[in-house]
Amino acid sequence: MDAWKGFKKGRWQDTIDVRDFIQKNYAPYAGGAEFLRGPSASVSAILKKFKKLLADEKANNGVLDIDTDTVSSLLSYKPGYIDRENEIIFGLQTDAPLKRGVNPFGGIRTARDAVRAYGYQLSDKIEEHFKYKTTHNDGVFRVYTKEMLALRKSGILTGLPDAYGRGRIIGDYRRVALYGAQFLLDEKIKDFEALEALDMDDETIRLREEVCRQREFLLQLMQMAQLYGDDVSRPALTAREAVQWVYYAYLGAIKEQNGAAMSLGRVSTFLDIYIQRDIKNGLLDEDGAQELIDQFVLKLRMARQLRTPEYNELFAGDPTWVTEAVGGAGLDGRSLVTKSSYRFIHTLYNLDTAPEPNITVLFSRALPQAFKEYCARVSVDTSSIQYENDDLMRPEFGDDYGISCCVSAMKIGKQMQFFGARCNLAKLLLVALNGGRDELTGIEVGFKAKPLNAGVLNYDEVLARYLGYIDWLAKTYVNTMNVIHYMHDKYAYEKLQMGLHDTQPERLMAFGVAGLSVVADSLSAIKYAECTPVTDETGLITDYKTVGEFPSYGNDDDRVDGIAAFITQYFYDALCKTKAYRGAKHTLSVLTITSNIVYGSKTGKTPCGKPAREAFAPGANPLHNRETHGALASLNSVAKLSYKACRDGISNTFSLTPDTLGHSEEIVCKNLTAIIEGYFKNGGHHLNVNVFKRAVLEQAHKQPHRYPNLTIRVSGYAVKFGVLSKKHREEVLARTFFDRL
Amino acid sequence: MPKIHSIETLGALDGPGLRTVIFFQGCVMRCGYCHNADMFDFDGGKEMSAEEIAAFCARYKSYYGQTGGATLSGGEPLAQADFALEVLNALKAQGIHTALDTSGAVYAPKALAAADLVLLDIKHTDKDMFLRLTGQPIDNTLKTLSFLQKKGKPFWVRQVIVQGHNDTVEQVSALKALAEGAQKIQLLPFHSMGAHKWEKAGLTYPFKNAQPPSEKVMQQLRNAVLN
Repeated sequence: MDAWKGFKKGRWQDTIDVRDFIQKNYAPYAGGAEFLRGPSASVSAILKKFKKLLADEKANNGVLDIDTDTVSSLLSYKPGYIDRENEIIFGLQTDAPLKRGVNPFGGIRTARDAVRAYGYQLSDKIEEHFKYKTTHNDGVFRVYTKEMLALRKSGILTGLPDAYGRGRIIGDYRRVALYGAQFLLDEKIKDFEALEALDMDDETIRLREEVCRQREFLLQLMQMAQLYGDDVSRPALTAREAVQWVYYAYLGAIKEQNGAAMSLGRVSTFLDIYIQRDIKNGLLDEDGAQELIDQFVLKLRMARQLRTPEYNELFAGDPTWVTEAVGGAGLDGRSLVTKSSYRFIHTLYNLDTAPEPNITVLFSRALPQAFKEYCARVSVDTSSIQYENDDLMRPEFGDDYGISCCVSAMKIGKQMQFFGARCNLAKLLLVALNGGRDELTGIEVGFKAKPLNAGVLNYDEVLARYLGYIDWLAKTYVNTMNVIHYMHDKYAYEKLQMGLHDTQPERLMAFGVAGLSVVADSLSAIKYAECTPVTDETGLITDYKTVGEFPSYGNDDDRVDGIAAFITQYFYDALCKTKAYRGAKHTLSVLTITSNIVYGSKTGKTPCGKPAREAFAPGANPLHNRETHGALASLNSVAKLSYKACRDGISNTFSLTPDTLGHSEEIVCKNLTAIIEGYFKNGGHHLNVNVFKRAVLEQAHKQPHRYPNLTIRVSGYAVKFGVLSKKHREEVLARTFFDRL
Repeated sequence: MPKIHSIETLGALDGPGLRTVIFFQGCVMRCGYCHNADMFDFDGGKEMSAEEIAAFCARYKSYYGQTGGATLSGGEPLAQADFALEVLNALKAQGIHTALDTSGAVYAPKALAAADLVLLDIKHTDKDMFLRLTGQPIDNTLKTLSFLQKKGKPFWVRQVIVQGHNDTVEQVSALKALAEGAQKIQLLPFHSMGAHKWEKAGLTYPFKNAQPPSEKVMQQLRNAVLN
């Protein structure tokens, strides 16, 4: 086949196996960044138009335009362009750049509210149509139990994907480039027929229907590309086509689904193979190679979904989590860094700093030193990339996994995830002490027990009580997830994305916790200091009087770090006791996105002294400004949480001033590399690195318009600081900055 | 009883690589621009044994790489010379590279000999100015310097540049001449970020109105040291 000419042969030719193709064909690159090129004229021209659109979007309350007459899908819009003459990678979500589509399959009410929030009205046609249609949201609320509703209302469970797409699923978009959609379709037909031999039980019936729909959408993908004049039924012949085919597949996914996180996977080294081949054959030079990646990334930056204001409160800054995992090492020990890993990161210079795509460096000891230091330099310059520990994930997920959203690893095309939002562990502690009553409202939200409201709290008694409540919550939480994902599969199934998976993928159910540092410090206060509840006239504990000193999480003190690690492990084990839908494997993350603010606002005063309604620290971070031993002690505390119990990721966001790291730029980069390397050697999983002075943020807080591109990492993703709400900006400013006096 | 003020785990400015910095409590000098005024007094701080300190530092080995390690600073670590020696030996037993950040105000040859690297902060080259700036005579600092030179000990010379005190090419040239054998000469611009520590300690900050030297002056002085 012409499409594969020049590629090394292998198993990948007989069966869908992108990993095998990469391993046989990629060229590791150990050199530095000196080969990289600036933006081409066409890229600059598109970028200029894009920036104008961004400014208009911002001026228009954050949403440029909405098509309220059309339900978003692969074929529902005419082809759209931003600058047809200069584009070499085509495809927009709707018929015009940054115009948002409507996707009511998750829930018509959410879609209606989102449209209204921006002063639009959903068309009668769509309203009428969805009158006769069950959405995911309808299904879930038909089945939710009283207990589930109470947990949701009290804020113990928040951010549940029960009214919009669940997201977090990564299609193997590379398959379309390597094999062409027709081959993928033929393989699905074979799988479909193979299911005929089985007894028609629930699972087989469901899967047969799903595969049938996957086939329809693979066909639609071919038709969608046809609208732009491309034939993706066949494999890509050139580097341009490979980039384009991958992008069409991704585009089809975001037209069909509005999941919170719609991540890209791990495409740069895959694409590098095509780029190298074209360069070798004289069809492409370095300028052309960079232009392809720049145009691709520009398109990724145009991804938009329509959200409600409540959603934006949880996930600030209009993120889409087009996460691309770069680097990492292979099972054979070779680094997976190629020139295209550099080209991808280099877009942060060619196209200016931006939060998307969410560039995630899979950091391994095996990475070339030059690449490590290049990444550190990019962090110092842009604060736009995050690091995750490949040496920790590779034994679990192999060497062809991607990162979904912020920290969720998944074997690409072989594993999918049921996203489970998170529960508020800090609030659960307060509810447990109150014998099942919500500490803010006094309403009963959990099973009843005698409140521990008389006299000094006894640690053993509190712990036993808390673990009992964890057991109860874990069971209800798993059951809630089961309801949500049953209904999502039924009413809002990801036809295209799952068509780009193996037909029998492994399923993960990803649970999450928020407020871990509050729990650790509060239990530490009860154990090491003297903590007495203060009650109101109804016996409800509304405050705690804590006398004496206690160790705080974030200082590398095993006495309290051990509590955090124990609670995480206990919670994970408790989750595993309840069976997950479709045989999914339970996983857990310590990640808040920006919901640490909402969670905090729903939580009362704690034994460790956190005021009522004040924000939590993000992810697994220690509470702001409780670290007294400096940055590395804080990292060591977080590194003690076990990845085995938290295979969905442990997020750590880290801010420091450049002056802290050394007297010269070269030393700063070397020292930053050493920090990342050391943290990961100690077992840390994820690190968001921000390098800037607090004074810059303070300025940007006062005059956001003067810093339109100031990008910061918040919790597993990056945002433009200026688009955050005042409350979110204040929370970022309140965080610990590691600075040296 | 040996006294520690605190331990900072991310030190990137006091010696090569990433370093754990152990701040000793108490100092014999009283430099007006000191950014660690909370470490003047020998009465403050907390007790920690040399073994405890070394065990704590060992938790950070993965960050040290080929170049990093631990730095004894303060306060003046050599004001507790026996303890400093114990800490240096305990760190060495853990295989950790050691740096000793001292003003030389206390002459302690055994501790100097035990450190892998000495960061000698020479506050001024002129003996009268030195006394005025620090409240201590320059003699022990010079003795320390000559010990390092004679023994061929790896050392860096450092100086905080303060406007109107030592910010002249002549002064830093004299420093360069004095610092013969140093692996590095570091000129550090004065900053006022330690002012709040004076207030907290109930002291009046003598450099309240002082400005940091300009980048231009710093560049000039650095060039003078290089050439």
